Amino acid sequence: MVIFGIDLVLLISALMISATPVLLAAIGEAVVEKSGVLNLGVEGMMITGAVIGFIFAVNTQTPIYGFICAAIAGALLSVMFAVLTQYIMSNQVATGLGLTMVGLGLSALIGKPYEGIKSPTLSKIEIPILSDIPVLGPMIFSHDAIVYFSVILVATVAFVISKTRIGLVLRAVGENQEAAHALGYKVVRIRFLAIMFGGATAGIGGAYISLARVPQWTEGMTAGAGWIALALVVFASWKPWRVLLGAYLFGGITVLQLNLQAIGVAIPVEILSMSPYLVTIVVLVGISLFGHHTAPGSLARPFHASQ
Amino acid sequence: MAEVLLQLDGISKSFPGVKANDEVSFQINSGEIHALLGENGAGKSTLVKMIYGLMQPDSGSMKLGSENFRPSEPSKARQSGIAMVFQHFSLFDALNVAENIALGMENPPRLQDLSEEIETVSKSYGLPLGPRRLVGQLSAGERQRVEIIRCLLQNPKLLIMDEPTSVLTPNEVKTLFETLLRLKGEGKSILYISHKLEEIREICDYATILRNGKKVGSCIPRDTSAKQIGEMMVGKSFSSPSRKTRAFGEELLKVSNLSIRTKDFFGTSLSNINFSVRVGEILGIGGVAGNGQDELLSALSGEDKTSPSTIKIFNQPIGKLAPDERRAIGMRAAPEERLGHAAAPAMTLIENTLITSHSEDVINQLGIIKFDNVKEKTKDIVSEFDVRTATLDNAAASLSGGNLQKFVIGREILQKPRVFVVNQPTWGVDAAAAAFIRQSILNLASNDSAVVVISQDLDELFEICDTFSVLTNGRMSKSHNIRSLSSEDVGLLMGGSDLDRKSHDTA
Repeated sequence: MVIFGIDLVLLISALMISATPVLLAAIGEAVVEKSGVLNLGVEGMMITGAVIGFIFAVNTQTPIYGFICAAIAGALLSVMFAVLTQYIMSNQVATGLGLTMVGLGLSALIGKPYEGIKSPTLSKIEIPILSDIPVLGPMIFSHDAIVYFSVILVATVAFVISKTRIGLVLRAVGENQEAAHALGYKVVRIRFLAIMFGGATAGIGGAYISLARVPQWTEGMTAGAGWIALALVVFASWKPWRVLLGAYLFGGITVLQLNLQAIGVAIPVEILSMSPYLVTIVVLVGISLFGHHTAPGSLARPFHASQ
Repeated sequence: MAEVLLQLDGISKSFPGVKANDEVSFQINSGEIHALLGENGAGKSTLVKMIYGLMQPDSGSMKLGSENFRPSEPSKARQSGIAMVFQHFSLFDALNVAENIALGMENPPRLQDLSEEIETVSKSYGLPLGPRRLVGQLSAGERQRVEIIRCLLQNPKLLIMDEPTSVLTPNEVKTLFETLLRLKGEGKSILYISHKLEEIREICDYATILRNGKKVGSCIPRDTSAKQIGEMMVGKSFSSPSRKTRAFGEELLKVSNLSIRTKDFFGTSLSNINFSVRVGEILGIGGVAGNGQDELLSALSGEDKTSPSTIKIFNQPIGKLAPDERRAIGMRAAPEERLGHAAAPAMTLIENTLITSHSEDVINQLGIIKFDNVKEKTKDIVSEFDVRTATLDNAAASLSGGNLQKFVIGREILQKPRVFVVNQPTWGVDAAAAAFIRQSILNLASNDSAVVVISQDLDELFEICDTFSVLTNGRMSKSHNIRSLSSEDVGLLMGGSDLDRKSHDTA
């Protein structure tokens, strides 16, 4: 399957890997925003996950411990955000931006001794039978555990949000916080947990960059993936499967343009490099022109149970 | 003797600076519709929040049946058989009917089963409701149905209704009352909070009256006049607005052939509206809301522009003028929606005064706001119209509905407009404040102004207006001298037919 000198099997396989960090962060942020909270600290939680995951994976030589610690680190950092915004009622936008800066600075500091080291990588899990299917097998069913995990996570979040009571309560809290409170739901507690979930998945997403995609540690290596994740949530109209679609679109164009650069097409490198962002923006604008937007009604509004 | 369902004994609750409830005791019997009456801020809502478990009393006790009752959260109250329909509906626009109902239940069945149950129950009570419809697309009456069905599905012993009719059309109110009477027939009790005395006299068996957090009396509403109940609520006798017979002067406002296509999907277009108001005259425009009332107000206030000569003041065409230009020549309007239309919710009273002030009064030559002047004006509004607020820097949204309405009306009337247009002047306002607002409208007219009052409340229109017409489906009837109209005439007008046998009173 080679089209214009690009192997389609490798392309799809690579785009799934390339999209996974953004996908993980975005699905977590979608849950956070569904609960009515805007956490702009995704980039900071991702980079923290990346460095903590790298450190633990290198020291234990077991990548999976790295991912677990990255999830914990991301969640802990998000607890800081949760306490500030949910209890001390600080402004969500400013606090989220601060969180990103804290994450970037902190990771640079603690990651210094680990620069230039190679991390252990995850082994591929060939899914029995399915991975033997020609073309589709190597394309989709021959990845490491985190890629499968991210897709299963999207499916789980989609199911929980639309089909279960927990999901219904989560949407209710994000949609109309006063009404949810009047019915006796614990708005702050539910949001706190949602924020921690978002922190954990952002941490895992970050660790996937430093443990699978690159696999090494460099300062600032998330390179805006957190911001892309935030944009994707909006582009996807807060719908989990659309988040997956958006992440794969972004990841796909990233891989494609690298391939195009490699085979030397006559398009300036600068334009190719900016194309993933450009296409994502164009699609985003297109959706906002034609689709209808349904942001959670209480998004980014502070809540205090004073009434 | 009916058995006692809920007994309140010496309930007190304080907030910093206010004693919201002070030693309140009363009882609700099974199968009784019990009214809880009081002015805005009398402590009704706080009291029911304690019954529903949203707040806990500082002292006092409650008994449900024979057991002590002190719910620590709403779910405990629901388990004990208490359900509540909120004043500002506790609904979620982006969720569908079934999901909304599931959120208010303790152990909801699967959505599939729940949807079927909703259809059965809603049909059997004559409140049809599609379980898959998005709540955001429902009318106010339908939204209230969602809340009522949510309560009914839990088979409550006591249903609390907080000002249920304030957002309903007269027809919806009728349906609601039928439902309530049916529930009463099934032996359920209803605690009915309202300040609409006529409604309470119509359906309630017993009334408890609160004032400043204290229980000040009780009565059987059917045997007590509205005036007596009203006086108990306010604590003093308040007089009905007094009207002097006024001689009308020359024609001040003239609207001819006004037609507007509405831009709002849910709106009503106006077609060929003609009327005139003379100096000293109050024209009442009746009819059910949603028949072009908002559109008419927008056309008169200048939010919607028309061809210049459609609207004239003293023969000067003003149809193309913007709201501030109309204010400059003395035409002012107060729309129905207080928060968000008449006043900016998050801005202070001072800033809200500034919004509709003449710019010469409040801005100096350098374009800088003269806040001292604005503050003075705000102070006048607050003192003359008895607006109860802690400070002038309070946000408009922090005022109760009645107080904010007094502020909005006061803000416009103190500018002494020559033409004043007001939509639903006393919507959701307690009796004393309503009387005050009506009196100030009458006073304005006596001072050589022309007033247009758009209202659903026919009693109100008959109390203060000189001429009367009806807006139905975007068309307006001729205006008639209000004293020449029988109730049968009004019915005909409301039904959209004109009274040709009567002469147009301006003729």
